[in-house]
Amino acid sequence: MSEQKETIITVKNLVKKFGNFKANDNLSFEVFKGEIFGFLGANGAGKTTAIKILCGLWAPTSGEINVAGFDIYNQTEQIKKNIGYMSQKFSLYEDITVFENIRLFGGIYGLSRREIAQRATDLMQRLDLEHSRDKLISSLPLGWRQKLAFSVAILHNPKLVFLDEPTGGVDPVTRRKFWDQIYEAADRGITVFVTTHYMDEAEYCDRVSIMVDGRIADLDTPSALKGKYRVKNMNEVFLKIARIKPDENN
Amino acid sequence: MALSITNINKSFEGLQALSDITFSVREGELFGLIGPDGSGKTTLFRIITTLLLPDRGEVDLFGLDVLKNYKKIRQLIGYMAGRFSLYHDLTVEENLKFYATVFGTTIEKNYDLIKDVYCQIEPFKTRRAGKLSGGMKQKLALSCALIHKPGLLVLDEPTTGVDAVSRMEFWDMLKRLQKRGITILVSTPYMDEASLCDRVGLIQKGNLLSVNKPENIIAGYQRELLSVSSDNLYKLVNDLRNEKNTHSAFLFGQSVHLTRKEGKASAKQVIKYLQDKGHESIHINVIKPGIEDCFMDLMNEEDEMALSG
Repeated sequence: MSEQKETIITVKNLVKKFGNFKANDNLSFEVFKGEIFGFLGANGAGKTTAIKILCGLWAPTSGEINVAGFDIYNQTEQIKKNIGYMSQKFSLYEDITVFENIRLFGGIYGLSRREIAQRATDLMQRLDLEHSRDKLISSLPLGWRQKLAFSVAILHNPKLVFLDEPTGGVDPVTRRKFWDQIYEAADRGITVFVTTHYMDEAEYCDRVSIMVDGRIADLDTPSALKGKYRVKNMNEVFLKIARIKPDENN
Repeated sequence: MALSITNINKSFEGLQALSDITFSVREGELFGLIGPDGSGKTTLFRIITTLLLPDRGEVDLFGLDVLKNYKKIRQLIGYMAGRFSLYHDLTVEENLKFYATVFGTTIEKNYDLIKDVYCQIEPFKTRRAGKLSGGMKQKLALSCALIHKPGLLVLDEPTTGVDAVSRMEFWDMLKRLQKRGITILVSTPYMDEASLCDRVGLIQKGNLLSVNKPENIIAGYQRELLSVSSDNLYKLVNDLRNEKNTHSAFLFGQSVHLTRKEGKASAKQVIKYLQDKGHESIHINVIKPGIEDCFMDLMNEEDEMALSG
């Protein structure tokens, strides 16, 4: 985190309604440049809705939102150029090769042919994937695929990358290797906005917010939250905050 | 034995999905199959539930061979697939009724068994299944898998993608079902759920690494495990990895779990090394491993090499 705490996401009074249902109920928070921001919450708490709005895919019902210096209402195209996105559910096209995926996403992000060739070479060298250049994604082990997916998501050097449950289902070693990559990206100055159901991963974040029923129930550093709720780990913090009632209407 | 699996092998287009899997599940037991995506859990469950033929090996369920008696077996098993496989355009109640009818029973007849789970979604029984939240879908799927009073409940990753609170509630429900005499075979990618099972099998790349009580798996851990923390976690894990006597160094929450190459780990040496690297507030202590530490230790060197890229 930089000294002055320059903000990269500013959200003021974000509301998103579906009919009478408030998926996001008056959210206000800031994400600082260069930090790893954990966005936690129970299923149906409204995380995905908020992420879609922040990525410029959905318009909010009301609220003031600025992402990477652009306004969410009328500069969504600029936002999309300045962010990266990766999720466990979709990351790369399985039926084309490693290089074809890099070329495709490079093209989508508007990189020139030369830039794509240069970055593809760098990337494959760094990930030790040179020998797999022409292999289909479907033939790669899951761990490699996720590493590649993350690298592709930040191929255009975005200011900010959204990771939606990037480590779901992977083995414990791969999961930790993935966090090495997250730290590296943050080290390079890329802000990381990440969701996860693994509470040990919440400890790796600079700050975490915990959503309950469309609201942010709490937001602070992991150590401050643990101190506040007088518990040993983030799992217990999460259970204390989120376990208010069995899930019902949402 | 409720379930005996002997030397099950299965490959898909030359890819070995399961290699000589052998284990058994006792009657009334809550058995967990724990492993990451692609380790072969679903393939094995599909073989057990008569939906897929193995290349080799035998599965025996309550004394019946799964291949020869598949029709009878299907009556004895309640299967909850990994993907939500109920009818989205039927209501909650219609789905349940449909499953009851297919198995020649009624909701009323076995209501007692599903009550604990179903009562939580009963207020929404006229809602279409496709419109339910994740947690509610999961409860409906479990109700449908239970409606014919199966002897063995097979649950394929029921808690994947589910938040920590709902996961805990789901395990509470499983414990209550177990108390009613139902044998449960459940798979999960969450290592922390191992401690909730009577016995677990750890599976990786189609190989069973270990089958035992969770506490015995932990007792079988051979290395001395150190928990190390300092003021800079990212630098800490990198520095520890680059230290010549380090065998493994992995992030675990706010600390790094460290094992040393040979003999006893010398905490003093590590502290000295970290001080030289400029770390402050260094804390080191010997800790008991968790299932996740054991699993990572059991994953063979070859995998670690491949994954470290």
